[in-house]
Amino acid sequence: MTVATDINGFTKADFESFLDSRSGEPNWLVETRRRAWSDFETFAWPARNDEEWMRTDIRMFHLDKFALPGEVSETPTLAPGLLTYDVELGGQLVGYNGAALHDSLADELASKGVLFGSLDRLITEHGDLLRPYFERRVVDPAKDKFAALHAACWSGGTLLYVPKGTALEQPLHAMSAIGDGGVDLSKTLVILEDGAEATVLTETASVTPDAKGLHCGSIELIVEPSAKLRYVNLQNWSTGVWHFAHQRATVDRNASLQWTIGALGSKLAKVNQQVALTGPDADAQVNGVMFTEGRQHLSYNTHQHHMAPYCRSDLLYKSALQDRSRTVWRGMIKVDVAAQRTDAYQRNDNLLLAPTARADSIPGLEIEADDVRCTHGSTSGRVDEQQVFYAMSRGYTRTEAIRLIVAGFFQQVFDRITIESVRNALGEAIARRVQDLDQQAAPQG
Amino acid sequence: MSDTLKITDLHVAVEGKPILRGVNLTINRGETHALMGPNGSGKSTLGNAIMGHPGYEVTEGSIEINGEDILEWDASERARAGIFMAFQRPMSVPGVKMADFLRHAATNVRNPERKEGEDLISMREFRKELKEKMSQLRMDEEFARRYVNDGFSGGEMKRAEILQMAMLRPKFAILDETDSGLDVDAVKLASQSIAAISQETDGGAEMGILIITHHDKLLDHNAPDFTHVMLGGKIVETGGVELARELYTEGYDRIRAAYPEAAAAEAELAEEATTV
Repeated sequence: MTVATDINGFTKADFESFLDSRSGEPNWLVETRRRAWSDFETFAWPARNDEEWMRTDIRMFHLDKFALPGEVSETPTLAPGLLTYDVELGGQLVGYNGAALHDSLADELASKGVLFGSLDRLITEHGDLLRPYFERRVVDPAKDKFAALHAACWSGGTLLYVPKGTALEQPLHAMSAIGDGGVDLSKTLVILEDGAEATVLTETASVTPDAKGLHCGSIELIVEPSAKLRYVNLQNWSTGVWHFAHQRATVDRNASLQWTIGALGSKLAKVNQQVALTGPDADAQVNGVMFTEGRQHLSYNTHQHHMAPYCRSDLLYKSALQDRSRTVWRGMIKVDVAAQRTDAYQRNDNLLLAPTARADSIPGLEIEADDVRCTHGSTSGRVDEQQVFYAMSRGYTRTEAIRLIVAGFFQQVFDRITIESVRNALGEAIARRVQDLDQQAAPQG
Repeated sequence: MSDTLKITDLHVAVEGKPILRGVNLTINRGETHALMGPNGSGKSTLGNAIMGHPGYEVTEGSIEINGEDILEWDASERARAGIFMAFQRPMSVPGVKMADFLRHAATNVRNPERKEGEDLISMREFRKELKEKMSQLRMDEEFARRYVNDGFSGGEMKRAEILQMAMLRPKFAILDETDSGLDVDAVKLASQSIAAISQETDGGAEMGILIITHHDKLLDHNAPDFTHVMLGGKIVETGGVELARELYTEGYDRIRAAYPEAAAAEAELAEEATTV
């Protein structure tokens, strides 16, 4: 029996005063928070020999260097989002250190019953409506110590609720920034009722390129029957930010989800991304783009869970790695007994731009049904010198040739992304990184 | 203009193994040279060495353009100096559209002094020119939007190589078995295009062309001024168009008998290749 020791900044007293500051919250939510806090106190930190954590070393992570976020007093100057260029938005939200700075929603959408904005505010105003969705526990609050901390102490956050049969033409955008030393425990909840349609663009940023910070968050996407969601998450924090997240989508009968992740920032990221196909004929496409440098460590566990028959899931993750950076991808396709006629695919390609970079790529299948089509693939390698020579024989310099090949490598993911502004924004963000590639990125020989 | 590509006593090794053992060849702009020889005699090696492939190590001899030694130049610098090679098996570059690939390439080759990051040639003019050339080669417009050699058939790759040559307007072009994989009509179109491109080349002067082949139909339409026979890593005989005709009707028995030393080198290379 171990006795929980208080963590400076996250003591029981800190938690109580955190709850006191949120007096408008419904009782059921406060109860949920208390249960999660008790889990947080009792759970151990992930062990080094835990299969899920053995490739990701968090010994340098010390929670006591941070503290539960309080009131935001300063108003930071934030650069405009990368995803919003030339896009007419239906609503906008800006969050900072886990608190909403402002949010807005077009009147026309509000009058249709759409809710969008700070989850903090909307949970106090629409607690009864949202309660059943919270109680589904799409992300398990007791999954691990990080999940428990988040469930107990989340603040700020983003909510989109789209009522039955409502299709939103214009995308909604949420920017979530962290200040130097800041903590962001925000939660994202997207609910599309039957037949609803929406596009959600979310992105993260830091105030300065070397700002430190902590994000411990969750994303829950609930896509009800025949609904259609396109969800984009561009993670662009500074390389001083710790990023721990549990993300899960449920996609019901006839519904579809296109989920695109761009991961450029953070010092260390440990993300669990799960898609559950819960009703027949559901469809999920997952796209991931990563570009790492320095000593960044990005670890993604992806999980495609087929729970119902006739569903399709298609995942493609691509990463390019510079310097001493490292990526870990563990993919799993799980097909339940009931999920006959499943069509599932997963692929991960890694391009190593330095001999000191490292990519671990571990696909996995767990299939209980007998009439399914599941395929997977994984590649890791250096830039192909034969391709470099070919481009050089056409007048490209060596550096230009490498940039060309890297851009082409990512283009294959961009081709799958149907939202033009997102394709452009991700393309430009990658192009800027690629532009910085110099001769050392792939030394000759 | 009297540009000259001059190769003197060229020795080339691949992975430490000597392949070329003293090649001499001078190509002036406006001349068409056929390079023939049995498989493994070193024809592609010569092409790759001229283009500057880092895997082909020049151990002796020189390659010069107008008297300037280019051995220290990388492939990019050689391309900008006007050398082009149509590859036997060109690489694919997935995710990069033909049009984008060629626009950047044409910009660099036409402005050899261009620094990285400087503007590319105007999109509108480039598109117009590309469309023109593609129609001459009877290529579908959709071709420009496809990824470089990605999923191309053998014939499509060869035509794409000719298209690139047309856009880059080289002074010297090496065509490595550009006829293989093409049917009779396609070969005819290719050879006519090559002749036409040669006329249009930069400055109005014709290209110097080195056609590498060992069973050439291309020569029916592009009569060579010179035919060279390569055996065991050396050019052993040079003649006119009649030599090319002799070789692809009668084969290399006479050549092997006439040059026993080169034939022995050929046998040695072939043996090493099979024991590796």
